[in-house]
Amino acid sequence: MKKKIDKIVENYPAAVFKNRKEHIIVKDNNTEEPQKIKANTRTVPGIITNRGCCYAGCKGVVLGPLRDAVVLTHGPIGCGYYTWGTRRNKGRTEGDEKNFLNYCFSTDLQESDIVFGGEKKLKKAIKEAVEIFEPKTIFICSTCPVGLIGDDIHSIASEAEKEYGIKVVSFSCEGYKGVSQSGGHHIANNGLIKHIIGTGEKVVGKFAINILGEYNIGGDGWEIERILRKIGYEIVSLIPGNGTVEDLKSAHKADLNIIQCHRSINYIGEMMGTKYGQDWIKVNFIGVKSTIKSLRNIAKYFDDSDLIARTEAVIEEELKEITYKLEEYKKMCEGKTAALFVGGSRAHHYQHILKDLGIKTILAGYEFAHRDDYEGREALPDIKEDGDSKNIENLEVTKDPENYKLFLTKEQYEKLKDEISLNYYSGMIKEMDNGSIVVDDLNHYETEELLKILKPDIFCSGIKDKYIAHKAGIFSKQLHSYDYSGPYAGFKGSVIFARDIAMGITTPAWDMITPPWKTQPMLEGSYIGGN
Amino acid sequence: MLDYTPKEYVNRKGLVINPAKTCQPVGAMYAALGIHKCLPHSHGSQGCCAYHRKFLTRNFRDPVMSSTSSFTEGSSVFGGGSNLKTSIKNVFTIYDPDVIAVHTTCLSETIGDDVPTYVMQAKVPEGKIVIHANTPSYKGSHITGFLNMVKGMVNYLAQNTEKPNGKINVIPGFVNPSDMREIKRILKEMGAEFIMFPDTSGVLDTPVTGKYEMYPKGGAKVEDIKDSGNSLATVSLGRFASSDGAFELEKKCKVPPKVLKTPIGIKATDEFLMEVSNVTGKDIPEEIEEERGQVIDVMVDCHYHYHGKKVAISGDPDIVIGLTEFAISMGMIPKYVLTGTPEKAFEKEIEEMLEEAGVEGKVKSGGDLFTLHQWMKEEPVDIMLGTTHSKYIARAEDVPFVRIGFPILDRSVHSYMPIVGYKGAMRIIELISNALLDRQDRDALDEDLELIM
Repeated sequence: MKKKIDKIVENYPAAVFKNRKEHIIVKDNNTEEPQKIKANTRTVPGIITNRGCCYAGCKGVVLGPLRDAVVLTHGPIGCGYYTWGTRRNKGRTEGDEKNFLNYCFSTDLQESDIVFGGEKKLKKAIKEAVEIFEPKTIFICSTCPVGLIGDDIHSIASEAEKEYGIKVVSFSCEGYKGVSQSGGHHIANNGLIKHIIGTGEKVVGKFAINILGEYNIGGDGWEIERILRKIGYEIVSLIPGNGTVEDLKSAHKADLNIIQCHRSINYIGEMMGTKYGQDWIKVNFIGVKSTIKSLRNIAKYFDDSDLIARTEAVIEEELKEITYKLEEYKKMCEGKTAALFVGGSRAHHYQHILKDLGIKTILAGYEFAHRDDYEGREALPDIKEDGDSKNIENLEVTKDPENYKLFLTKEQYEKLKDEISLNYYSGMIKEMDNGSIVVDDLNHYETEELLKILKPDIFCSGIKDKYIAHKAGIFSKQLHSYDYSGPYAGFKGSVIFARDIAMGITTPAWDMITPPWKTQPMLEGSYIGGN
Repeated sequence: MLDYTPKEYVNRKGLVINPAKTCQPVGAMYAALGIHKCLPHSHGSQGCCAYHRKFLTRNFRDPVMSSTSSFTEGSSVFGGGSNLKTSIKNVFTIYDPDVIAVHTTCLSETIGDDVPTYVMQAKVPEGKIVIHANTPSYKGSHITGFLNMVKGMVNYLAQNTEKPNGKINVIPGFVNPSDMREIKRILKEMGAEFIMFPDTSGVLDTPVTGKYEMYPKGGAKVEDIKDSGNSLATVSLGRFASSDGAFELEKKCKVPPKVLKTPIGIKATDEFLMEVSNVTGKDIPEEIEEERGQVIDVMVDCHYHYHGKKVAISGDPDIVIGLTEFAISMGMIPKYVLTGTPEKAFEKEIEEMLEEAGVEGKVKSGGDLFTLHQWMKEEPVDIMLGTTHSKYIARAEDVPFVRIGFPILDRSVHSYMPIVGYKGAMRIIELISNALLDRQDRDALDEDLELIM
């Protein structure tokens, strides 16, 4: 396999070859040192990459799902337009709170604004948004030209905050910052820590947790919430899927943070640890086994016998409902192979659910992850800052003396630290099979070549790749949008995922690609000529 | 749904809410895909390219390829020259297109990147071509981007070699591959020799074969676009997406321009056919006349399905102009007509149409769907024609809704079915009739449910 991979990258021009060869590894269980991979570095210009930009990570991913905020895009129209309703982060309105998820707000900058500055227009837009919608929070997100023309969005935000008596927070998430969406996640995390979290005074009860890095795509978050509430947890805030800024303000009151997507939200997890003393646990609610493991780990953290018993009872009850159905789908999926290229966590998470179904992952890669998402957080000290990562602020927080509290005693912490991997993520590579392939920032050429060599039965990627695979006769499942299905998380979600995969690989059209006349003799003893 | 949109009209000067347009580069990318073996290249941040590929892929459900200059903060400060030159080298080596069509973004425009100079400095292999168009996102809309890229094609490629080819040039506008296919079919039926560019049929409506082709067999051939400088005339369909290409051909190669409407509905299709006939000297064949007669037959027989209904139409200017004219021909009342593309000429054209038809309607260019929704709250309509984003309004106001135009993200097959020509007119009638009749069925009391309608 290594030789075949080498051949793919050898076709590159020299500079690209040098760059790309370090982003691809073949998993080898027999190396003395853990394998390293290059990640979170610039994409080579001209390469057809799937990556997006800083704005996409900040506005599109982290801030967009907060349903009670007016998220105002400051820039030309496209950026706001493309992030309007396209990510499937669902949110249900509760009580008299406001839900702006079906609205798209933009300053739609014109040429004269680029020449003379867009500040006036931004101020007008904020005023109009306040007058029409009366929101409690406005987030302002900059796009590329705003940074270049030097609009001072931060001053405008603080002035507006005073003038209208609401929260107005600005995010300088211009598309050119960083090397992918990842920089935008970080900027959004910083802003939420600086301006939102810690400003609320909600009184919380027992077993209080925050769910971090869950985006409620296709209702994933709802399924996770359902299970956790059934067990008896109080969910203080959802960051950000189906979340509200109002709840987020009191996130520091929770006892524990659980992190689904490590890449996009680990900064908040870490900073809350430093500032408020909260621990975090990396969870994975994709797949039955990993859901069970996550639930048990959370229960262990609270070390309450009733909670542990309730956890087991819920697991049993849920399993009873789904096992038969899952087994039916497993029969259709077993023995298949999959290639995954998605996100900064999903390529890891979905290996678990695929394994539950008897599907082997032969290739996995992240679009915008860092080395710790591949190799585990132990890689962090070894990651060198470069010019691009330095451009993203590394926010230093300190202990908040009023709100700092440790939930665990030192002894409890020591006992649990390794058992439930407190404040730690082990990364994707360790769990992958010997000989499987890991590719960072997989690009079009590599996708095409690897699909040819590996011939997976299922290619889990995004919309830009999906139909490439389909043309080649390989079923492709979008793991960003779930092909508009879902939820895929939790117990019920597992069944829906299994159903969708089984449906995708067995839909009768696959067998009809080749017309019958290409494979069957058309003339059967026909009479030719003669008298 | 859209619960905070007030009934009282709000005049806004800073805030756009629920836009009815997107930015130039995506239109340029779409146009460039209509050249055979062409790879569009987005000169800006990666995000632009990713968004535009997604937008187009979701609409067509076919692969949309494009490369990007992958700007970093450094390139934004020091200029994108080296990114573009590296891109050109890598793209030709790795992806081997015949043509790279570079379009700019708000980022590269704001820093003032001089793309033609960079292209001149780049190493372009022999026989390969790089063209470009300036497509600042802060001006116009995706329609303007399409217009600019088509103009770029003429600029870079068309030549008058003083060898008249006897052909007619057709610039089809920002329409689906199905529409481009239908326009070609009509031209073939007429026996007209033609050059159509761009042409995304065979590129974005390809069959599944078990083998992925990065450059499918469709798309306008470079040699044909070159030869367009020798043609009899250029018919541009839809002034907002296509006219500049025709004018450029006139300026550069002395090919006379004929700017027509997108041939949606009877009148615009009639005009298109007559113009082709004028230019090429070919008669309009009986088969096409038969198609026309069939549509009129349906319009006479079934007018009561839709005549007198109030309709709100939104979308891209050329499509909306065609739809408005056709709605009037169908006896409908275009109460609200709105495009996101900022073009005052659009308002004038629609206003004249409405005046002639004796319809009192509201018209807006550079508008957004928030405005359309407010109008509809003031005085409701019976049906909406628009793109997928209108579905929120349709639900909020419980109005029958026909998806037509760009983009359609929540339904399939539209990119395979034309809305232009007489066949397209027939389809529009079916879509509108069915939406209205389905609503009547849904709302009918048991005793009023009609078997025959």
